[in-house]
Amino acid sequence: MTDTTDEPLLRTDRLTRHFKIGSALSRRTLHAVDDVSLAIGAREIVALAGESGSGKTTIARLLAKLYQPTSGEIYFAGRPLSSIRSRTDLLRYRGEVPVVFQDPFSATNPVFRASHGILRALTLHRPELSRQQRYDEAQRAFEAVGLAPAAEIMQRYPHELSGGQRQRVGFAQALAMRPKLILADEPVSMLDVSIRIGLLNVMADLRDKQGVSVLYITHDIASARYVADRLIVMYAGHIAEAGPVEEVLARPRHPYTQLLLSAVPDPRAELHVTEETDKGEPPRVIDPTPGCRFRWRCPLAIDECHSVTPPLRELVPGHSAACHVARADAATVAFR
Amino acid sequence: MSSVRADADPQPPGARGQAGPVLAVRDLSVAYAMDRGAVLAVDRVSFELYPGEFLGIVGESGCGKSTLLFAIAQLLASPAAVIGGSVDFKGVNLVGMTDSRLTAVRWRDMSVVMQSAMNALNPVKSIGSQFKDAMKAHGVTSADEIAGRSAEVLRMVGIDPVHLKSFPHQLSGGMRQRSMIAMALLFTPDLVIMDEPTSALDVVAQRSLMVQIKNLQAELGFAVIFVTHDMSLVSHFSQRLMVMYAGQVAEWGATRSVFDTPRHPYSIGLMDAFPSIKGERVPLTGIPGRPPDLSRRQQGCWFAPRCPQVMAVCTETNPDLYPVRDALVRCLLYAAGADGAGADRAGADGKAGGD
Repeated sequence: MTDTTDEPLLRTDRLTRHFKIGSALSRRTLHAVDDVSLAIGAREIVALAGESGSGKTTIARLLAKLYQPTSGEIYFAGRPLSSIRSRTDLLRYRGEVPVVFQDPFSATNPVFRASHGILRALTLHRPELSRQQRYDEAQRAFEAVGLAPAAEIMQRYPHELSGGQRQRVGFAQALAMRPKLILADEPVSMLDVSIRIGLLNVMADLRDKQGVSVLYITHDIASARYVADRLIVMYAGHIAEAGPVEEVLARPRHPYTQLLLSAVPDPRAELHVTEETDKGEPPRVIDPTPGCRFRWRCPLAIDECHSVTPPLRELVPGHSAACHVARADAATVAFR
Repeated sequence: MSSVRADADPQPPGARGQAGPVLAVRDLSVAYAMDRGAVLAVDRVSFELYPGEFLGIVGESGCGKSTLLFAIAQLLASPAAVIGGSVDFKGVNLVGMTDSRLTAVRWRDMSVVMQSAMNALNPVKSIGSQFKDAMKAHGVTSADEIAGRSAEVLRMVGIDPVHLKSFPHQLSGGMRQRSMIAMALLFTPDLVIMDEPTSALDVVAQRSLMVQIKNLQAELGFAVIFVTHDMSLVSHFSQRLMVMYAGQVAEWGATRSVFDTPRHPYSIGLMDAFPSIKGERVPLTGIPGRPPDLSRRQQGCWFAPRCPQVMAVCTETNPDLYPVRDALVRCLLYAAGADGAGADRAGADGKAGGD
């Protein structure tokens, strides 16, 4: 999972981000991300899954240094991000940890050729390259993400590319900077079903052939299972459960993970609609009181859940859940 | 594969009981007038929908599924226009009907739930006043009746009637979409047309909304046409499934049959494009290539350039819809004279092995 050293590629320590909302007279605090400690190793795809409003995009923005944390710290290769002060350091970090955005249609400039963004990025992030080297590097990146013939596609304008091709351009742009970790925020959700798999395969290729790690943010558990090594499930700003993807999906410990899995449509399975099929949605976490944030929807909630916020506990090696009632033997089942 | 599902309806297309269809679409074609000439977005689509039935229409973006819905509801705007065929709703052809006559049908007998409730609802009006507008437009003037019915439909979709006073931004995405459905049910229509109503929702909210639609349908007996790009979503809820590609019906049959033994290479590809959350983790390929550009009409099958089973004849002959057991498939593998039965068996075995 990680390198020979103990320090993972990227690690967060009690990362927290709050937003102030409301007017001056009714100041309230939205807890978008609370107390999140996660680690991403080298050559690893970690899926961050959760419903909208669960805080997964806020985490991506914190990791990309688009937001400052309210508290907590992010360590990249052992170095705290708060120590990044100079523009040079920031550029280098953004080159090592680039972002691929959700919407490939608005992430490319329509008046420039497909090669424009990647050549600009190379000029900015790798000024040592000559013009010809930049072009070669861009071509290499285009080929690595399956855009062939690269030379021809680089000359096209965005409207001449399909959605899947545009998203590949996004990945090529990230790859050209020789990144260590790509932050991919819902990279396939805007694409057609028949095209998504191709992009997921590109991510797996980048891991296997280029040694790049990916934080894959998604609401689609099935695609997370397809491509990721580990899965982190978010609920209302907290990590609900984390572990190896197969282990979490086969034996989900947190009632929310169980609910999420029960709702995934599976054409090959029977439909069973039970009484406890739930109508709730993740809460907007405004000025929360202590206690589990899932307790209002949880059929297993006990008194403790209403007063004590459950910490993320390791139940079996590598697999943790933030739940007072979850047990190592996976015998507590709220939803199936 | 042998399990029996309560919601499954194995009846083949057209083999219904005595009741006539609530909707009969015949050879419906829609074209967009473009600079380069007409682009055929919907190409001779025919189907019948019976009272209380749930028809799923799936396909990728640009396959014509939304255009088909708009054509059925007579909501097409220039440059799109119906260029052929008929839409018989309760025995009356809607194509060419004047706006004033359509107004009487719309919402009262047939309602539409749009994809994005946030955009379909008026942000500066409360939910209740939007319900009121819809009812007044159809001649309901009694304040008591409006208030009573508004509260009733909202309760039906599981929302507390206090939210009649709420504005759209005060509701969650799921509640907005539910209130759109409540609005569609104000007049107890015979047909509700839904264009990806759940695509903005999370899986949990999506599932509960689907269950709710199904329950309301059982209770009130309206027919549903449900358009989505997510094939797995309708797998448990629709009785019949239509797979569209390039404006045409690629495959059409009982939902379980299409899922268990897809025949058209495109349907097979779509089925294999969904990673499963259970079962073995297998490498998938999706479908290579991209959907065709409909403005470049080509000879032969639209899917031929992406088809793994393409034959020489596919680029010359336009395929028709051929019956294959309980489904209709637009693929020359199943044309009379071709070894259709053999291809069918191969497809079925392939699926069973992949499960």
